[in-house]
Amino acid sequence: MEARLNELEQMAKNEIQEANSSDQLEKVRVKYLGKKGELTEVLRGMGSLSSEERPLVGKVANIVRENIENYLLEAKNSIKSKELEAKLSTEAIDVTMPGRKTNLGKKHPLIQGMDELKNIFISMGFQVAQGPEVETVYYNFDALNAPANHPSRDMSDTFYINEETILRTQTSPVQARVMEKRKPPIRIISPGRCFRNDTPDATHSPMFHQLEGLVVDKGITLADLKGTLEVFTKYFFGSQTKIKFRPHNFPFTEPSAEIDASCFKCSGSGCSFCKGSGWIELLGAGMVHPNVLRNCGIDPEVYSGFAFGMGIDRLVMLKYGVDDIRLFFENDMRFLNQF
Amino acid sequence: MLVPLKWLKEYVEIDMEVNELSDKMTMSGSKVEGFESLGKDITGVVVGKIESIEQHPNADKLVITKINIGEETLQIVTGAKNINVGDYVPVATHGANLAEGLKIKKGKLRGEVSEGMLCSQEELGISKNLIPEEIKDGIWILDKPYPLRVNIFEVVELQDDIIEFEITSNRPDCLSMIGMARETAATIGGTLKYPQVYLKEEDEETNFNIKVNIEDQEGCTRYIARVIKDVKIQSSPLWLQQRLMKAGVRPINNIVDITNYVMLEYGQPLHAFDLNFIEGDTIIVRSANAGESFKTLDGVQRQLDESMTVIADKSKGLAIAGVMGGEESEVTEATGTILLESAHFSKDRIRATSKKLGLRTEASARFEKGVDSNIASIAIDRACQLIETLSAGKVLKEKVDVYPVKKETRKISIRSNRMNELLGTNLPVEEMINILESLEIVAVKEDDKLLVTVPTFRDDLHIEADFVEEIGRIYGFDKIPSTMAKGNIVVGGKTNGQMIEDLAKEALLSFGFNEILTYSFVSPKSVDKINVGEDSIKRNFVKLLNPLGDETSVMRTSLVPNLMEVLSRNINHKVTEARAFEIGSIFIPNSEAKDQLPYEISNLVIGMYGQEDFYSLKGVVEGLFNELGITDLDFEVEKNHSTYHPGRCANIMVRNHIIGTMGEIHPQVMENCDISKKCYVAELDFNLMMQFTRVVTMYKPLPKYPAMVRDLAVVIKEEVMVKEIEKIIKKRGSDILESFELFDVYRGNQIAEGYKSVAYTLTYRNMDRTLTDEEVNEVQDAIVTGIKEEIGGTLRE
Repeated sequence: MEARLNELEQMAKNEIQEANSSDQLEKVRVKYLGKKGELTEVLRGMGSLSSEERPLVGKVANIVRENIENYLLEAKNSIKSKELEAKLSTEAIDVTMPGRKTNLGKKHPLIQGMDELKNIFISMGFQVAQGPEVETVYYNFDALNAPANHPSRDMSDTFYINEETILRTQTSPVQARVMEKRKPPIRIISPGRCFRNDTPDATHSPMFHQLEGLVVDKGITLADLKGTLEVFTKYFFGSQTKIKFRPHNFPFTEPSAEIDASCFKCSGSGCSFCKGSGWIELLGAGMVHPNVLRNCGIDPEVYSGFAFGMGIDRLVMLKYGVDDIRLFFENDMRFLNQF
Repeated sequence: MLVPLKWLKEYVEIDMEVNELSDKMTMSGSKVEGFESLGKDITGVVVGKIESIEQHPNADKLVITKINIGEETLQIVTGAKNINVGDYVPVATHGANLAEGLKIKKGKLRGEVSEGMLCSQEELGISKNLIPEEIKDGIWILDKPYPLRVNIFEVVELQDDIIEFEITSNRPDCLSMIGMARETAATIGGTLKYPQVYLKEEDEETNFNIKVNIEDQEGCTRYIARVIKDVKIQSSPLWLQQRLMKAGVRPINNIVDITNYVMLEYGQPLHAFDLNFIEGDTIIVRSANAGESFKTLDGVQRQLDESMTVIADKSKGLAIAGVMGGEESEVTEATGTILLESAHFSKDRIRATSKKLGLRTEASARFEKGVDSNIASIAIDRACQLIETLSAGKVLKEKVDVYPVKKETRKISIRSNRMNELLGTNLPVEEMINILESLEIVAVKEDDKLLVTVPTFRDDLHIEADFVEEIGRIYGFDKIPSTMAKGNIVVGGKTNGQMIEDLAKEALLSFGFNEILTYSFVSPKSVDKINVGEDSIKRNFVKLLNPLGDETSVMRTSLVPNLMEVLSRNINHKVTEARAFEIGSIFIPNSEAKDQLPYEISNLVIGMYGQEDFYSLKGVVEGLFNELGITDLDFEVEKNHSTYHPGRCANIMVRNHIIGTMGEIHPQVMENCDISKKCYVAELDFNLMMQFTRVVTMYKPLPKYPAMVRDLAVVIKEEVMVKEIEKIIKKRGSDILESFELFDVYRGNQIAEGYKSVAYTLTYRNMDRTLTDEEVNEVQDAIVTGIKEEIGGTLRE
């Protein structure tokens, strides 16, 4: 009987080695270890053995069973990994085929530029204020100290709805509206659409965008204006940016200045971008004219303030190298998708 | 304003290179647009004298000249016609470099040796339109003998730096050499030297006895006249011509050149009349008569009106005051006696006149910005001085100066500490005084104040703040420190509305929509294209008085026309698919408003074409509203909106308010807009949307107990809308119905003609325990019964 057991073990071992799939292996298991399997059969015959022989044969039978089970486990693991390998290799794909498109929309580049500017100023404690596009002559000109015969009031410069109503030529009227309604401290920016009677070409558009800023409080100085604009330009154009404050003249500020930033393409050495000067005209600014404060009900003896304004369209054109302002308003998807 | 550096140096000592000066002037407020170094690259040109001229043996149009250039005589072949033996001329010798990169070499012309070239002004770098008429096309004949062989630039002042300044509108005093010299002196720390004006009048008593009568005192505040006899009209000397040319003015003749020279030097426009053509002895300054017509010296007949000022004699107009003289009294070669005018005209008057006539001159450009009426006297004396020294005429004693109200200096008291307070500086008072005095503003310390006396040429200085600028700019804005604003902290940020707008944009961007940006003004016909009805509110436009053209003549009442234009353009550019949105204002007239301003209503428009249908658009709208926390969204059939397909259009509703409309664009509109692909568009009142937005999100616990999911397929008549089924599901679903979702609509085999099968997945759940089959069956049965009873639908077998 013992010999028969060893023989079974050998047979099982051979068959296990020959099996090359999980199914075949399972068949071998059933053949030897199943309820009607050959080893089971042998063990059933143990009843006919003597009580001395039984433990000895039983011991051998258990060893044989354990061995077979081990062979099976070993074979099973190896077949499984072979099968997995085969599966993976048949599932291989051409990873160089194109991906399925997932389209994310793009914000308009002008709005992206505007948002970037807004965020810089919001981080400096500015609130975003808005006003109407159709504006009164009072808020657009009179309240801002523009002389009655100033050329910017001409029909050749400004779009009129009637004698008292125009399309705003700047976002500064928002400043006047805010100052009328609120007491200092005031710290606002007003971004938005503006209009001027310009025939569209590569650098002109009858509609364009501006962002203006206004700070009014006790003790505000020209030095504060310089500091604020330095922080802003470093954020927007990079920390190496220098600015130049040139005295200028605007009706709504006194003193007034124009501010140039060192060219962000050539860092000031001069390139085609800055037309060789190393500087880019950036914005107009100044200390709010006492007349403007007074017009808006703020006492210029108690409060002072500064204001600044810049054209967004030109900045965004410079930043992305867009050479024709009209592209912004044509909205060709192939253009918009680039930003 | 073009300023030749050598001319500027007559009034102020400048000891630096032109680029350094330019930087300093820019930083003190006189922005340098650029500078040109005239004659910089020109070499090898010397003074020569023509010894002989002989015909070229082989060429009719050429001559052979012998030119003495000192130690040697050159043979030069030229085609010039205006040369004579004895003339002094600029000679480009072998190896010379001329303007425009022209190089001169010895050579042979038609077989004859030519050892150089005789030069025109153009070849020496003068722009053609500035060269005097008489020598424009020939060799430049020098006005008198000069030492031979010397470099031409030693005898003519043509090698120079010409600086171009941008003069701001508040500084008309800078439209003159003296004005710029004053700024230069203040900027670089020099002293301004005024020209020495002295005059030798003829003793002779005149019989002219000129009188001036200013009738129009509003238009003219001062009028000075002088008479010059024995006038000899001829070309000006070289130095005068050169200065004018370098300042951008073309020399004409000695009298005209002198008036231009003084205008450039002092900023005072002058005018010379031929006295012969003045009738009577009185110059009358009066308003033009209605219908008066007048021929200006450019030969144009001008129609005048009462708003204009003219200079006249007793019977006719002589000049349009401050703008242009008349053709008749123009100074010509035949002129023997002139009347020289130095006057001051009101800037508003000149500006209006010049604009009305469409006639802008150097004189009108200065008057309309403002000229100091006090310089009229010195300017006319300066002109007379030049007339005498150039022997252009004899100045008579007679000088009429009518100046009813003399312009006086202003005295203003300013606080020195206020200067520092606003600049953020710590300047001592003495430095402020020095700065002001460098600008010829007298400042006297009075306690803690400064009493300043503003010269009459500075009409821009009125209030304290104006002096903050003067002190700041001359001290140097670049020296002012940079600080961050002190004072109260203000919380920055966006308003609620702005944040909602951002939220909506983010949602649409994540759905793959590009943001577009279009003009706020449109063509009134734009609404025709989208089939807007004849009496629609969308035809009630805010109109522009002076639009660029019909295409941009009214403010938009809808964002749809612009969107359609963008979609059409993209389709025509062969962009196969597009998703686009715009948030912007529409404009509706509001006659009730006190300030007459229209309503500006923020709108949102969404449009798309490509692999899209009504339901993909509807999904976008639903997704958007979901992001904005607007849950009670509803869609209502809309059959009468003329922009959309009548069977594929819905109103977008929230709590019985129509928020907007969406649908497939009407085929007629597609045709109108030249669109070949089906477009899907939604237009929404964004102001209203914002009112319904609820952005605060509250957390709901995740379910602990399992859901029971049942399908429900209902066969129902084709015309019944699914909304009807869903109403019943919602109503009868009780509180254990968590959600339901339509997953299939089927027509065809097994379903009777005229019917459809609509299949839903219903999810039931109780948050506190596991549901039993019985509970769910009961509710599901109630729904089935409801569908049968209320809308005649049956369970699909």
